Amino acid sequence: MLHFDKAEFDNGGFRLSADWQVPAGTKLALIGPSGAGKSTLLAGLAGFVPCIQGAVRCDGVDLAGLAPGTRPLTMLFQDHNLFPHLTVAQNVGLGLAPNLHLDAAQHAAVNKVLGRVGLEALGDRKPSALSGGQASRVALARALLRARPLLLLDEPFAALGPGLKAEMLDLVSELLQGTETTLIMVTHDPRDAQKLADQTVFVDQAVAQLPQETGAFFANPSDALARYIGA
Amino acid sequence: MAQRAQPISKVLGHAVSLGVLGLIVATGVAVALRAEDGARIGAGDWAAIRFTVLQAGLSALLSVALAIPAARALARRQFPLKSLVITLLGAPFLLPVLVAAMGLIAVFGRTGLLSAVLSAFGLPPLQIYGFHGVVLAHVFFNLPLATRIILQGWLYIPAERFRLAQSLGFGPSDIARHVERPMLITVVPGALMVIFLICTTSFAVALVLGGGPKATTIELAIYQAFRFDFDLAKAALLGAIQVGICIVAVVLTRSFPVSDGMGAGLDRRLDIRPPRGWVFTTQDAGILTIVILFLLTPLAMIVLSGLQGIATLPPQVWWAALRSVGVALGSVVVTFALVLPLSFALSARSRLAELATSVPIALSPLVLGLGLFIMLNPYVDPRAVALPVTALVNALMSLPFVARILTPPVRALRSDYGRLSASLGITGLTWARLVAWPRLRAPLGFSAGLAAALSMGDLGVVVLFADGDSATLPLMLYRLLAAYRVDQAAGAALLLLALCLLLFWAFDRGGRANAAL
Repeated sequence: MLHFDKAEFDNGGFRLSADWQVPAGTKLALIGPSGAGKSTLLAGLAGFVPCIQGAVRCDGVDLAGLAPGTRPLTMLFQDHNLFPHLTVAQNVGLGLAPNLHLDAAQHAAVNKVLGRVGLEALGDRKPSALSGGQASRVALARALLRARPLLLLDEPFAALGPGLKAEMLDLVSELLQGTETTLIMVTHDPRDAQKLADQTVFVDQAVAQLPQETGAFFANPSDALARYIGA
Repeated sequence: MAQRAQPISKVLGHAVSLGVLGLIVATGVAVALRAEDGARIGAGDWAAIRFTVLQAGLSALLSVALAIPAARALARRQFPLKSLVITLLGAPFLLPVLVAAMGLIAVFGRTGLLSAVLSAFGLPPLQIYGFHGVVLAHVFFNLPLATRIILQGWLYIPAERFRLAQSLGFGPSDIARHVERPMLITVVPGALMVIFLICTTSFAVALVLGGGPKATTIELAIYQAFRFDFDLAKAALLGAIQVGICIVAVVLTRSFPVSDGMGAGLDRRLDIRPPRGWVFTTQDAGILTIVILFLLTPLAMIVLSGLQGIATLPPQVWWAALRSVGVALGSVVVTFALVLPLSFALSARSRLAELATSVPIALSPLVLGLGLFIMLNPYVDPRAVALPVTALVNALMSLPFVARILTPPVRALRSDYGRLSASLGITGLTWARLVAWPRLRAPLGFSAGLAAALSMGDLGVVVLFADGDSATLPLMLYRLLAAYRVDQAAGAALLLLALCLLLFWAFDRGGRANAAL
C-alpha cells in the first residue's frame, strides 16, 4: 500500500501536494499538463525532492529517513538510465550489488533477466552499441532484478516513437503480470494510461488529485482534463 | 535527505577555498610585515610598471589581431592535417618559457636564421633583446591561445545563421558585418583580458629577453628587489600593484565571457562555406602559413641545435632533470588534492571556490614564494624546502587552468548520473570507482598532464632560493645560458622540452587508455 498522507513536496520553490492512497499492485498513470507537477511527485517519492509536510508511507514505513537507493522503489528516468562506460551486464548487475561484486548465482540471475527482456546475447555490449529500444530493455531488466515493491516510470520511453513505445509498455505489462509490484507512470498520452493503468491521477495546478478508475476517468472528463486532452 | 552527497562536497570545497585564499593572503601579509621601513617606489619601479602595462597591452592586441584572421581561416577552410594544426596551437601552453625564448633567439636573434637571410642581402642583423623581444615572445605564446579562443567563438555560431546568410545572398563583407562581428564583440574582450593577465605576470620572458632599466616587468622588479637589495617591502608593494593592475583588467572586461580555449571538438566539420575567389584563398592560406611557420621554426631550431648538445650534458643537468620530474609529480599531487574538492564545489556554483580558482591568475608567484619562505624560515632552512615550496606554488598557479577543465565534466557527472547513482545506492568509494573515475579519467589525465608540464617547465620561485644542490632543470638551463655554454644549453633545452611533452603525453594517454565510452 502506498500512502501520501497530506504530503507536500518542495521542488526548488514549486510545491506539489498529494493526499491519497492506493493498494499494492495498482497500476497508476499520472497525467496532466507540463509543469503541473507529475515529475515532482515521482522525484519526491524517489527521494530527490524533499517532503516538507505530511508523510509518504509504503506498507506502513515512512520514507522520510531513507536515502534514494534504499527506498522500496526503482525509477526509470527520461534519459541517462545507463552508465555508458559499463557493459549491459554490468549495468544490470548494479541492481543486485552497487559495487558490482557479484557471485556466480548473481551472474546467472543477470543473464536470466537479460533473457526475459530478449537481450541474452548482448550482455557484453556497451550502451553506445544499443538501439534506443534495447537500452530501455536493459533499464527494465535492472528494475526487474531489483524487484522493489514500486516501479516508477518518468516517461523513459518518450523518445522511442509511438510503435516502439507501445511495444515497451506491453513488455512492462507482461513482466509485471502476476507480481504485486505497484506501477506509477508519468504520461502525456491518454492511450498509454488506457492501455496499462487501472487507475489514473490527474495532476493539475500543483495538486495530484484523487486516483480514479481509468475507464471512468476518460469517459467523463472534468473541464480541466477536457482542456488538456483537447476533447 | 535528498542528494546527500551535495552538502558534504560543498563543505570540503569551501574548506579548500578558504585554505587557498588564506594561504595567499598570509603570504602577502608575511612579506609586507617583514618590510622594515616603508617601501619607496623609485623611478625604476615606475618604469617597470609602465613597461609591464605597455608590453602586456600590446602583446594582447597583436595576438588577437593576428588570431582573428587565423581563426577565420581555420573555421571556414577544410584541409588535410587541419586537426594537427589545431593540436599544434595547443603546444605553446606546454612549452617551457625559457625553451621558447631560446628558439625565438635562434630565429630572430643577432646570429639567428632571419639575420642570416638579411645579411645575405647586405642588411644589418636583427636585435631581439628589449621591448620588442618581450612582445615577440608573448605573441608567440598567446597567438595560439587567442586563435583557439576565437575559433571556439566561430564554432559556436549556429549553423542556421550561416545558412540564413547564404539564402539571403550575403557576400563575405555582409557575413563579416552581420554574423562574424557580433560574435567577435563578445569573444575578443575576454581573449584580450586573459592574454593581458598572462603577460602582466610574466617573469621568465623578461628575465631572458628583457632586463635592463628599459625592459623590466613588475615580476622581474620583484625578483631584483629581493635578490639584489633584499628589499621585501618593495617586493610586497610591487606584488600588490601587480594584483591591482590585474583586478582593473578583470573589472573592465567583467561583462564578457571568458573562454579558456581548451574546448574539445575544435576541428569538427562545420558548414561554413569559404568565400570564392583567389584573394580570399590567398589571404587564408597566407595567414595560416605565417602562423604555422612562426610556431614551428623556433621549435625546429631547438630540436636541431639540441641534438648534439644532449650527449655532452654533464651529470648535474641529469640530476636537475630528475629533481624537476619530482617537483612536477609532487605538484600534480597537490594540484589534485586541491582541485577535486574545488571543482565539485564549482559545479554547485560556489562563489568562494570561484574566487579561489581565479585569484591565482593575477598573483605574483614570486611574492607567494617569498611569503612561504618567510613563514617557514623560523622552522626550517629555506633552501632545504626550495623544491617542495616550488611544487606548492606551481600547483596554486595551475589551479585556474585545471579547475576550468575539470568543472564541466564534474557538472555533467552530477547532472547526468547523480540521480541514477543515488537511486541505485551507489555511494562513497563504490561511486568513485564505478562512476566518477571512469567518467572523469580522461579530463583528469589531460589536466594532470597540463599541471605536470607547467610545473616541469616553470622558472619562477626556484630562482630565489635554490642552490647548486636543488636546482631544477629550467634553472640549470638558465645558468648554462648565463654562462654562455651554448651547446650544453641547447642540449638542456631539448631535454626540458622532451620531458615536458613526455609528462603531458603520459598523463593524457593514461587518462584515455581503454576508456571506450
